[in-house]
Amino acid sequence: MSVVGVLGELLITAGVLVLLFLGWQLWWNDFIVAGQQRTDATELSQTWTKDHPVAPSNTAQPEETEKPADTAADPVVVEQANHGDDFAILYVPRFAEYEKNYSRVITEGVDHVAILNAGRVGHYPDTQLPGEAGNFVLAAHRSAYGGGMHWITDFRLGDRIYVETADGWYSYAFRDLEFVPDTQIDVLAPVPRNGGVTPTDSIITLTSCNPLWSTAERVIAYGVFDSFRPRAAGAPAEITSAVAAHEES
Amino acid sequence: MYGAIWRTLPGPVWLRIALVLVLVVAVLAVLSTWVFPWVDSVINDQQVTVGNQ
Repeated sequence: MSVVGVLGELLITAGVLVLLFLGWQLWWNDFIVAGQQRTDATELSQTWTKDHPVAPSNTAQPEETEKPADTAADPVVVEQANHGDDFAILYVPRFAEYEKNYSRVITEGVDHVAILNAGRVGHYPDTQLPGEAGNFVLAAHRSAYGGGMHWITDFRLGDRIYVETADGWYSYAFRDLEFVPDTQIDVLAPVPRNGGVTPTDSIITLTSCNPLWSTAERVIAYGVFDSFRPRAAGAPAEITSAVAAHEES
Repeated sequence: MYGAIWRTLPGPVWLRIALVLVLVVAVLAVLSTWVFPWVDSVINDQQVTVGNQ
């Protein structure tokens, strides 16, 4: 066989390898990491439920009339976690339309390799936490690595965003999207885009890349705190299946 | 190169096709388990956060 022939075959092989790598990175590994994230969220939620048993639902025990105060309590302020610790779980019913039982573990810190490439949703250090006034800011990949924010532009006004911690579920209502350059750090301010102002509202901010498959810009989704549901009251109805998936797996 | 591999494989055509399939699956498994994760860790330094924290 001629030298040119072998060279040609090697070049074709190299091209196929590059395409295979892209397929692996954008779909196969993405799919695997997303599954791992849901499994990790499962284990974390189960640990919390073991520590704080969920009361049987009020439909099963009609004699125990559940007061509204039991399901909508004053939010517990989340304690600052150590860097790299998993301390919460994110549920987005809108995303679950595309990825069944969507859930992602939230980790303290936004390290690119250790946290975000592992498929985790990262909490920006020095931004606030659920239960207190200010801005709870999260980052995740848009595509590949589990693509935690793949469908971020599908949000519609009022869509729920749930954050589960050991204490219960914090519910936020989606408000709006914004597209900014990656230098726009005032989206991290306690009152987003209004640095130096003292916050009164509790905001959740999700940050990711835009457009899809690119890192040219950042897409920012804002949500406003709505209510807190203690663990004893059980998971909010909208995400029951995502939380119940925990028991099945 | 690939012609030489084909000629090296023993047996009738159906067996060679089966062997080629086994080889392809083995190569894909090695790539996705070890090679691609390593390449990814080497070439990937894209930033996805705000303020590049």
